[in-house]
Amino acid sequence: MAVFIDLLLNALVIGILLGGFYAALAIGLSITFGLLDVVNIAHPTMLVLGAFIAFLLNSTLGIDPILAGVIATPFFFILGWLIYQVYYNVFEKSGAESLRGLAFFFGLLFIIEVGLVIQFGVDHRLVEAPYIGESWNIIIGEEIDVAIPFRLLVAFVVASIATLAIRAYLTKTFFGRAVRAVAQDMMALRLMGVDPIRVKRIAFAMGVATAGVGGALMIIVLPIEPSLGRLYLGNVFAIVVLGGLGSISGTLLAAVIIGVAESIVATFFGPSWAPAVSFGILLAVLAFRPEGLFGKTAGAH
Amino acid sequence: MKYKFEIICLLLIVGLFALTQIVGNQFYFFIGFVILQYMVMAIAWNVLGGYGGYVNFGSAGFLATGAYTAVALINFLDVGLVEQMIAGGIIAGLLGLATGYLTLRLRGVYFAIATLALAIILETIVAHWDYVGGAAGTSILPKRKPELLGELIVDRKEGIFGNYKEFLFFLMGTVAIICVWISRYIENSKLGRGLNAIKDSEEAAECMGVPTMRLKLIATAISGGMMGVAGAPLASYLTFIDPLSAFNLEYAINAIAMPMIGGTVSWAGPVIGALLLGTAQQVSSLWIQSELNLLIVGVVLVVFVIIAPEGIIGWFRKSRKGSAR
Repeated sequence: MAVFIDLLLNALVIGILLGGFYAALAIGLSITFGLLDVVNIAHPTMLVLGAFIAFLLNSTLGIDPILAGVIATPFFFILGWLIYQVYYNVFEKSGAESLRGLAFFFGLLFIIEVGLVIQFGVDHRLVEAPYIGESWNIIIGEEIDVAIPFRLLVAFVVASIATLAIRAYLTKTFFGRAVRAVAQDMMALRLMGVDPIRVKRIAFAMGVATAGVGGALMIIVLPIEPSLGRLYLGNVFAIVVLGGLGSISGTLLAAVIIGVAESIVATFFGPSWAPAVSFGILLAVLAFRPEGLFGKTAGAH
Repeated sequence: MKYKFEIICLLLIVGLFALTQIVGNQFYFFIGFVILQYMVMAIAWNVLGGYGGYVNFGSAGFLATGAYTAVALINFLDVGLVEQMIAGGIIAGLLGLATGYLTLRLRGVYFAIATLALAIILETIVAHWDYVGGAAGTSILPKRKPELLGELIVDRKEGIFGNYKEFLFFLMGTVAIICVWISRYIENSKLGRGLNAIKDSEEAAECMGVPTMRLKLIATAISGGMMGVAGAPLASYLTFIDPLSAFNLEYAINAIAMPMIGGTVSWAGPVIGALLLGTAQQVSSLWIQSELNLLIVGVVLVVFVIIAPEGIIGWFRKSRKGSAR
């Protein structure tokens, strides 16, 4: 019994930490897909790109991965800016975003992933930092102790700060409120004298910019390889849809739910089943509760 | 003449058969099979994506369903290739129906994401299913002296085909031609026009009395079924199967890129796209690495989506319109 409680407790703690980390991966998509309705399926692959940039800066210059992520952020902001510029002019303006817009992002996903394979190969890469590899043991009772790996703790803390900062920005500032207004009524915004396209462009760039720090966290938590993006696709979309489109708090909570579910399955059934968890939850949510746990409807309209 | 197209199809099948008897170099059948398989995938994708506007990112999942249905059947009953393909088509078609039933009530985006999810879930399941080889894969030995309707099919001396590569090439070619016929038929039928209406505006179609849900489900089932048929001979072709080769990303990207490049509005689009892109990939794979090859496919896809929304067919139509003026 003690063994079971020990396992369960560890799985729960790891799951919650993992959830915070997932929130940092999903927050960008929560902005681009949830608020702006741009289905950026290349987002997880951009995170992997961010992770490789962190790897490059860490292995060549010895820069701390999180600092490397911060350095990469402006680059991703510009990348997002450019992508939205193309996306708006070619697809959104003519109303062709559903079929061709999706194919466009799928193509981007593919180009980034294969480009990384060509540049770095398919080997797993990792970074070096003082907090990687250490862990913190909390002894609770006889045969029961909880081990908290520092790399997960660091990822959790950084992710929480970043997510809460974005949430505060979107709810407290004028521009943040304009972004949320775009999601609700573009016409009204235009009547108020705000250019909705400009707001969308900046917000989209912000969403993509999260790939800098998010990617750095990714390589801190686990060794990375180029095809990881497609694996995380299930996670981030499950989180954004489960959390209710456009709800940042919902995204946070959904991330913790997915993290705990994955961690428990990995502990009791083996880690190779973990990918099926988030995708399974995603399918179930789409089939039975497409509006998510706390959000506006994602249904047909 | 009323049945002109059907006669051309039959002639093409006869032509394929003649090729297997005349051409001696097996290499052509080896790469021809792959191009034809891509063609079936592209046509299948276009039935739902091009006509109805619903994007399937999980094409590899449906193909792998066909492939693993065949593997399970070989292990269980030791049946022939044609039966494997029929079974693979049925199972993948049912899978398409189920996926469609669960997610087609929502916006198209969710269907697209769900198909991606489906492919990953299936891959995880197959990797744990030891009966069909699990994550390590399993080798498949083709049946010796297979018979169909009492005729010896593959045998070096007495069979209709000298070896398996020729037989597989002929089978896939026949399937491709049948799929061309089906997609052309759908395009001109009530189903195709209904799907087109859905693509333009689902709400308007619904209001006009188009049974949108039923049409979408039929299209998903047909599309999935075709992909399953294309996947069933994969294990026999490779004489080995593992999740990596069956769920290969190449299938997912090519199934989308080929119709997009050829043109999604007509049956000829995916055929042209598959012939061009498939041949280019097979030929260039002789001297450049396969990753670079895939990168080129990705770039070509993005470029075409941006500058040529109607694909190659659109170009031709535009230039014809221009000269008529």
